[in-house]
Amino acid sequence: MNTKSIASLLLTTALSFAAAGVASAQDKTVKIGALSDQSGLYADLGGPGSTLAARMAVEDSGLAAKGWKIDIISGDHQNKPDIGTTIARQWFDVDKVDVIVDVPNSGVALAVNNVVKEKNGVYINSGAATSDLTNAQCSPNTVHWTYDTYMLAHTTGQALVKAGGDTWFFLTADYAFGAALERDTTAVITANGGKVAGGVKHPLNTPDFSSFLLQAQASKAKIIGLANAGGDTTNTIKQAAEFGIVKGGQKLAALLLFLTDVKAIGLETAQGLNFTETFYWDMNDQTRAFSKRFAEKMKNNAPPTMVQAGVYAGVRHYLKALEALGGNPHDGVKIVEKMKSMPTEDDLFGKGEIQPNGRTIHSAYLFEVKKPSESKGPWDFYKLVGTVPGDQAFTPLSESKCALLKK
Amino acid sequence: MQALYAQLLVGLINGSFYALLSLGLAVIFGMLNIINFAHGALYMMGAFVAYFLLNLGGINYWWALLLAPIIVGIFGMILERTMLQWLTGLDHLYGLLLTFGIALIVQGLFQNYFGSSGLPYAIPDQLKGGMNLGFMFLPVYRGWVVVFSLVVCLATWFLIEKTQLGAYLRAATENPTLVRAFGINVPRMITLTYGLGVGLAALAGVLSAPINQVRPLMGADLIIVVFAVVVIGGMGSIMGSIITGFALGVIEGLTKYFYPEASNTVVFVLMVLVLLVKPTGLTGRAA
Repeated sequence: MNTKSIASLLLTTALSFAAAGVASAQDKTVKIGALSDQSGLYADLGGPGSTLAARMAVEDSGLAAKGWKIDIISGDHQNKPDIGTTIARQWFDVDKVDVIVDVPNSGVALAVNNVVKEKNGVYINSGAATSDLTNAQCSPNTVHWTYDTYMLAHTTGQALVKAGGDTWFFLTADYAFGAALERDTTAVITANGGKVAGGVKHPLNTPDFSSFLLQAQASKAKIIGLANAGGDTTNTIKQAAEFGIVKGGQKLAALLLFLTDVKAIGLETAQGLNFTETFYWDMNDQTRAFSKRFAEKMKNNAPPTMVQAGVYAGVRHYLKALEALGGNPHDGVKIVEKMKSMPTEDDLFGKGEIQPNGRTIHSAYLFEVKKPSESKGPWDFYKLVGTVPGDQAFTPLSESKCALLKK
Repeated sequence: MQALYAQLLVGLINGSFYALLSLGLAVIFGMLNIINFAHGALYMMGAFVAYFLLNLGGINYWWALLLAPIIVGIFGMILERTMLQWLTGLDHLYGLLLTFGIALIVQGLFQNYFGSSGLPYAIPDQLKGGMNLGFMFLPVYRGWVVVFSLVVCLATWFLIEKTQLGAYLRAATENPTLVRAFGINVPRMITLTYGLGVGLAALAGVLSAPINQVRPLMGADLIIVVFAVVVIGGMGSIMGSIITGFALGVIEGLTKYFYPEASNTVVFVLMVLVLLVKPTGLTGRAA
């Protein structure tokens, strides 16, 4: 290679970098990766519905008409952290994904959190529960949208302790989520003068809970706290009814229950359960209008769960931030900072904000499952019992251990 | 101590499902030499057929106990006629791969249509409620599952080991050419046997529907454990499967009591131990 060709090579390279620099300032291409459990026990509460929610957020943003090109791809993490991180890495390295959304399963969520930070992408988590995502393991690239274990503990947990449920026995899913939920709820119980009589940790995706339920029954605790989710929770509730646990005087606390779980259990068995969600399709005209559009595109005409609603709201807010930036800088920290600087507002969660630790704050609602006689339609399941304002439901910044707050 | 008795009983209940499923697998392996990986999917289909019968046809649980195994059994026989029969004489691996593929397709189709969280199926009115045994509250339905499974298991064992039909079957697997020379239609017998094994899986599915959700992955979650049961019991051994099924249910139940975190793996630890000591399984004969 002679001097002339080296010079021309250098010149071309310099020019292409310059061109890329110009392009990034006005770059209006975005790639969204919806990473979820597409086939396992959390597939109905996130899964294909989350991808649909992301797609609807893109359509509703109206950015396509303004010349933006936004693509969505989806992936199945199968509830395995190694698979989740492999997909995330491939998305950033090969597919040039800008933002990863949803990611239920706290174990996978925490693992993906590290990858997104390393690659300086954006992470809008809706499906995972662990409060560590915005606490001990917070990241400048992460926004945690819908709910978390702190919120569940301080709403459902607190309400039940105050109503006289002062002794608890935990049935806990044996991974990051269960541990976080049990830890956060235990803190609430002891702070309110109650005590934890014992607990068992069961493997994820257990078909039979009778052994565990017998132990819970033998503990004579007033409340049996279910620190599990999805198929595990539905099986526990169903089998608890079979063993006459509630009839025997003990109360079940479904610390995390989704719309699809109630559908799966059936109102006959689920009636009377108290739990917390931050979104329910039948709250007001806006949520009903969105849910109707969503259900028309979903199989079995299912309305959105709070996780899917969170994906929609998170993507909407992300796109608003990009629009405000005037283009996609492909810089995760910068985009998330912009997201935090703008108040959140959408039809599904109302007004809110994203705290410096990445936690989105909005109201949480205590619900009770209706009796079969009270239900007027195939998805008419919840009665609103109470509303907890966002600043009381989520971790106060003064208690947060997030390193981002120590700046 | 009371709690321990309760765990033993609960273990026995789960053992009934293991026994029924592994029995079907043992029948199919013993007679057809096929490692039927589709067994879990067929078990799931049994539960779904019961659900459809109730919700679309108003046909109750008791009829489902009879009809679901027949319907799924016929589906199994069609599978055997159209696909599995071409594998006769080939290595086990081909059957395993084919049935595994069938399982994935069937589960995928159900999941695509019904989602993953499952459909509710109520306990029949006659079997609702429970009895206080002093040391535990036993739901009547669970008691029924144990008794009914035991009867079905023993009847199947009797059919294969003690009747003339069973004798033909066993002979046909040992030396099909000779049996055919006696004027017995061996391929038809093989098809019927596969149908019987599949019917047992579907029957377990119907029994399981009121306890577990009717879920597309209910079989996939269970099948690996059931295979471990069959391996521990000795591939193809009818009585071995029945006894090991119940025994492992009990051992698993006790693990849930003493060290719950290990309850999903204890069966496999046992499998390793048994294979180290006796590679043919507890009651298996050396090939």
